[in-house]
Amino acid sequence: MSRLLRNLYMGVIAVILIAPLVVIAGISLNATKFLSFPPKGYSLRWYVEIFADSGWFGALQNSLIVATGSAALAVSIALPIAYCLWRYRIFYARVLFSLGVTPFVLPPVIMALAFLLFFTTVEVHGKMINVVLAHGIFLTALPLITVSLGLESVQREMIEAGQTLGADDVTVFRTVTLPIVRPYMISGFAFAFVLSLNEYIIAFMTVGFTVETLPIKIFNALRYGYTPVMASVAVVFILVNVLIFGLIARFGDLPKLLGAWSARDE
Amino acid sequence: MASVAASEVSSRPGGERGRWVLPIFPTVMIGIFFVVPFALIVAVSVAHQNPAGYYEPAFELTHFRRFLSSIFINTALFSVGVSALVACICLVLGFPFTYFITRLARRHQVFWLVYILAQLSLSEVLIAFAWQVLLSKTAGVANILVWLGLLERSVSFYPSFGAVLLALTYLVLPFSVLILYPALSRLEPDVTEAARTLGASPLRTFFTVVVPILRPAIVATGITMFVFTLGAVLVPQVLGRPSHWTLSVLITDQAIFQSNMPFAAALAIFLLTLSMALVGVTMWINKRAEIKT
Repeated sequence: MSRLLRNLYMGVIAVILIAPLVVIAGISLNATKFLSFPPKGYSLRWYVEIFADSGWFGALQNSLIVATGSAALAVSIALPIAYCLWRYRIFYARVLFSLGVTPFVLPPVIMALAFLLFFTTVEVHGKMINVVLAHGIFLTALPLITVSLGLESVQREMIEAGQTLGADDVTVFRTVTLPIVRPYMISGFAFAFVLSLNEYIIAFMTVGFTVETLPIKIFNALRYGYTPVMASVAVVFILVNVLIFGLIARFGDLPKLLGAWSARDE
Repeated sequence: MASVAASEVSSRPGGERGRWVLPIFPTVMIGIFFVVPFALIVAVSVAHQNPAGYYEPAFELTHFRRFLSSIFINTALFSVGVSALVACICLVLGFPFTYFITRLARRHQVFWLVYILAQLSLSEVLIAFAWQVLLSKTAGVANILVWLGLLERSVSFYPSFGAVLLALTYLVLPFSVLILYPALSRLEPDVTEAARTLGASPLRTFFTVVVPILRPAIVATGITMFVFTLGAVLVPQVLGRPSHWTLSVLITDQAIFQSNMPFAAALAIFLLTLSMALVGVTMWINKRAEIKT
């Protein structure tokens, strides 16, 4: 009985979570240009349009470049901090860690405003690099957390053994630490990539009027006129999200990355 | 030198270099692109706004005083109220849901986690768009209600407070699940089993054993959800009336459309102080919980 109730409850929440997505998927297949659900006739033309329409395709390209660049930047900032904290246990690394996590914890509009003020002050307006830097800083928290988690699973005895055998720090890092930490770096990259892809307000405030990323393009369409391409792009987004998190789950230990504990880990 | 303890190893000449070289890049990046922009917010919040729409260096508190005038205080109070409400709803809905997930086999947990993560990373733009469609006159649930005979003819359910509340809850719920997940998954099954063996019903076990043990996690999650809701920018704009705007929307509006940077910065400082205080409380709760266990 309680089992039935449990499944029922989980089912209801799952349905509520997915309902809006089903509606979006439905209207993305609509044959007509006007908003209607259930769809009037089916067609894939709005998916073709993402690639055929230069506006949408350009936004897609921008988003992919920004997401790749900022995720790489986030990892490159996070890795040395996490490593210093773990390897040398210096107080300064702890300070950097806190500073690295803070932008992500605050309401994003604060960072958005900070970046807007910064780029206007240094007079670099509307360049794509602005949003890459902004997202990179904003998302540093994610690889910082995953990489720190990964480093904790490196046994210090192995490091000592390497040093006893005469390897210097760089060699030990390359041959012992890196292989263990690499999956965590990749998950950190993937988390940052997905969040950058979906981020709106920071991108809007830094480059909103010159570089259109997909969320900006979708919001503009939402404001200034409906087009079914919004729906098809949304579906592509959802699929990318599922794909990336599915990959993390497939190649990494997702429950552990998210902080679960099990007897197996110890 | 053959068997040096890990902490001593770093004092060798070879280990010294990394200690000084490695933090350089993060320091430069965080310094230039986080600390400086942040300091700018503070500096601009006390700058002078001239009528032409530009600001010049000064030290005046006009923008803070303006914020304390009635209309903007209402926005702040509304933001706090709606965020608290959303945080509570998310806890009530999310806690049992997360609890059930953690009791599943690890393989099934992964499925649910991917489901939740994909949801959670969904852009606020898409969530606002999806609910706009769902609550619309032409393609929304109203049509289903008409078909069921519950409504005479289709209506639009937005802009309204209900629509804002619904979409915000939808936006934040996956986060509450994800934040509760570690704490709940660390709950030993022995504890609940003991209660069951002693004859407690599942519901009773849940409320008298599970909830009290996890009280710190619940409070911390509630606060995090609160801060997260404060950050929503698009949902109140798309699904609400101007009276449903939150501080985040107001900041965006002042900065971009009213070109009043100093006022936007002053508002941001208020939002910042509020969130930092709350994040501080969460960290304190987590620390205390860690010491206890």
